[in-house]
Amino acid sequence: MNSGVDFTENASVSEELESVVVRFSGDSGDGMQLTGMQFTDTAALLGNDLSTFPDYPSEIRAPIGTVAGVSGFQVHFGSKEIYTPGDSFDVLVAMNAAALKVDLPKLKRGGIIIANISGFDRKNLGLAKYPEGADPLNDGSLDNYVVHKIDISKHTKDCLIDSGLGTKEIERSKNMFVLGLLFWMFDKPLEHTIEFIESKFAKKPEIAKANIKTLNAGYNYCESTEIFINRFKVSPAKLPAGVYRNITGNHATAIGLIAASEKAELPLFLGSYPITPASDILHELSKYKANGVKTYQAEDEIAGICSAIGAAYVGNLAVTTTSGPGMALKTEAAGLATMLEIPLVIINVQRGGPSTGLPTKTEQSDLLMAMHGRHGESPLVVLAATSPSDCFNVVYEACRIAIEHMTPVIFLSDGYIANGSEPWRFPSGDSLQKIKVSFLKSPNGDNGEILPYKRDEKLVRPWIIPGSKGMEHRIGGLEKENETGNVSYNHHNHELMVNLRAEKINKIADYIPLAKPDTGNEKAKLLVLGWGSTYGTIKTAVREAIKEGYDVAHIHLKYINPFPKNLGELLNCYDKVLIPEMNKGQLLQLIRAKYMIDAKGFSKVQGLPFTTIEIKEKIAEMLS
Amino acid sequence: MESVTEQNIKLTSKDFSSDQEVKWCPGCGDYSILKQAQTIFPDINVPKENLVFISGIGCSSRFTYYMDTFGMHSIHGRAAAIASGVKAANPELSVWIVSGDGDSFSIGGNHLIHSLRKNFNFNYLVFNNQIYSLTKGQYSPTSEKSKITKSTPYGSIEDPFNPPELALGANAAFVSRTIDRDPKHMQMVLRRANDFKGTSFVEIYQNCPVFNDGAFFIFTEKETKKEEALFLEQGKPLIFGQNDEKGIMITDSFTCKIVNYKEEGIAPENLWIHDEKNKTKAFLLSQFVNMEQNGEMFPRPFGILYAVERPVYEESLISQINAIQAKKGKMTLDRILSGDKTWVIA
Repeated sequence: MNSGVDFTENASVSEELESVVVRFSGDSGDGMQLTGMQFTDTAALLGNDLSTFPDYPSEIRAPIGTVAGVSGFQVHFGSKEIYTPGDSFDVLVAMNAAALKVDLPKLKRGGIIIANISGFDRKNLGLAKYPEGADPLNDGSLDNYVVHKIDISKHTKDCLIDSGLGTKEIERSKNMFVLGLLFWMFDKPLEHTIEFIESKFAKKPEIAKANIKTLNAGYNYCESTEIFINRFKVSPAKLPAGVYRNITGNHATAIGLIAASEKAELPLFLGSYPITPASDILHELSKYKANGVKTYQAEDEIAGICSAIGAAYVGNLAVTTTSGPGMALKTEAAGLATMLEIPLVIINVQRGGPSTGLPTKTEQSDLLMAMHGRHGESPLVVLAATSPSDCFNVVYEACRIAIEHMTPVIFLSDGYIANGSEPWRFPSGDSLQKIKVSFLKSPNGDNGEILPYKRDEKLVRPWIIPGSKGMEHRIGGLEKENETGNVSYNHHNHELMVNLRAEKINKIADYIPLAKPDTGNEKAKLLVLGWGSTYGTIKTAVREAIKEGYDVAHIHLKYINPFPKNLGELLNCYDKVLIPEMNKGQLLQLIRAKYMIDAKGFSKVQGLPFTTIEIKEKIAEMLS
Repeated sequence: MESVTEQNIKLTSKDFSSDQEVKWCPGCGDYSILKQAQTIFPDINVPKENLVFISGIGCSSRFTYYMDTFGMHSIHGRAAAIASGVKAANPELSVWIVSGDGDSFSIGGNHLIHSLRKNFNFNYLVFNNQIYSLTKGQYSPTSEKSKITKSTPYGSIEDPFNPPELALGANAAFVSRTIDRDPKHMQMVLRRANDFKGTSFVEIYQNCPVFNDGAFFIFTEKETKKEEALFLEQGKPLIFGQNDEKGIMITDSFTCKIVNYKEEGIAPENLWIHDEKNKTKAFLLSQFVNMEQNGEMFPRPFGILYAVERPVYEESLISQINAIQAKKGKMTLDRILSGDKTWVIA
């Protein structure tokens, strides 16, 4: 809690706080994700700025009660601008012993624990591998925290005893009791969640009724027992005026694609094979059939991209979505798209690797794969989003570049921003930049011939789609003769074509914004250079460091291939450059190779985002 | 449609021949397939600009470059996956996949079976020469067991795929077989494939004169053809033999037997009558490749083994979109951008 309040001290009732981090933690089946999201939605609707971090295991239902099965949802909300889900928590909801064991290390000293007593019986303590005889709720080991022991399971049961529901269904409602407690604690209304429950269970009114009853019971429990001495208030944030919604990165990506398809006036086609953490883009787009969106669940990752290549060939805005392992499978087809020079958006929601790695955890370790992961000289465009809502902007830009420059574009997101959410001042449809599309309908050669690889001033070839009368021609993966596109094994022609394909990508730098500092000045002792989802953490750390007197600035890259034209020049304005990445230094390699500067890397590969403190300490170290 | 007919009357097979030099080996069976395709296209009632050839990798897949239509020579095994996207995105196009036994039954096996299951309305031609030719002579998934090749100098130890059986197992709606040295038959099968709505699987026996010469000669040469090949015709009895004296019957226990129906006094109408709508019979036909009777192999069936239309993928896709559009109406972009829950900060 940034106000530095220690809950163990006797604070006054209804205290105003600037920002709070709450971690909902329980078994995979305890409904913590839904509870967290409902809390988040209400906080957002009441005008708090916020950032969320869902953190769940890859097993759908890992063994009940074990640390492997702990599922967490973290929300950081405040009356100030929030850029990260928070390094540590103020409030920890622990539905069982395993949840406490996993998440206690990140609870602030003096923080609040809400513990579900029935999750701390001998059996649960054993499953969580507490030593024999240990009893954390009663043995004094939590004396530095404010512990509220509540038998949530029992209260839920008592509340629903006459509901006619079975034991399992009653047990499943206990997350609503927790939500009721938290709403009381942070003085938030229940109405948004009640509306949500009514619509979600419209066809099962008895379940809706039970959930609403339990939610109210949790709220009233606080009211009547006065278990919490304190009630907290987090006022609305002073965000730029406008209309806001809450959005996750995957959702923003999905609607960014729809927006691009409308502004390009091209049908949208998604060829995809389900994979964590990218599947939600497929799920979301599949809802928009009424808008003519075609989602194609292919037989494998390769068919995902190949079907998209087919759709691009006939004039659709074509997209494929995946994560690391799927990206590996798509590389040959990505090379074909590069050779064909057709528009294609390849979305990689990165996760921990190599191999199956950490499917539900985040990492930025596919950057070099995106840059170089095809055989032959195979350059394409690489873009990366910085936050959940930025996925919209960047995927839109990916579509624009793919279409206007006839090239595959790799859009990098990652598990952290894909599942995380934040308030978004969404644009109006009219304000979005139009995407220019032109199909060549008549021969472009001087003698009336069709030249599918004759280029314009941007070095872009024409898009000629099947069905265009008199425009029949062949394209393919074999090297092509310049302009005609006929198969050619001529060695000089091959070199020419390799150079032309590379030059075409380099030229895109003329059509993207220049780099500039996000925080700090164009000259400083230290530059922190980031890319992708580390944005919020670096920004927060650099802002705080500047406040503390450090001479530091922050530049964040969204365009990685090509880099902004002025990047090299800009980098030279700083004495030192620090590049924090959730990998072993991949942007670092690119920057050092291209600009020959002595940039320093800062790696974290734990499947977790950086904390603000980690970046701040590194800044201090670099400047000491 | 009238203008289309007019246009097609004017076109000849030459109009479907591209300006690229054909570079298959002399005597390759692919030449015949190219010729038969170019022969039928002027009158299959498809505007030339709507014809799209998608091929994978291998000798067969160079086909695309020689047709003066739209075409994409893609990557190994993926033609069907690309064609699926083409059809889903634009159902109006007439899409022809050109592939080989390695391309389809080995590296592209997954796309083959799923395209047959999903039943896009495209034509799937597999040039089966039972050998890898473009990589200069290794055994393929359709090579016979014990085959000696560069990669199996002591003989292959694998059983081959039986393509019609594989296709039927994947729920193909149309399963057929033809052969390079029978132009008229091939034209008939290609026309049927074109007219059929659904994935039309066409296995084409194709001679590779360099690496597997004569693999199918017993089905084409005068001395053996009548004994070894069985040409299926809808509603007609299964008859073969030097003097058309042999017929095939199905016993009560669903086994097949060869009879000399003339000698045994069996009326032709009491023989097995070909019914391409009968899947059980189609499966039995697909098994002839391994059946023998007193040391005599069953003849190899050519023609349409099975053809029953069922809903095609892209039509189901479009009708679902239309139904949802009619029910829910198109959502405006602003509505999509705002979502259900918004709040205002003044």
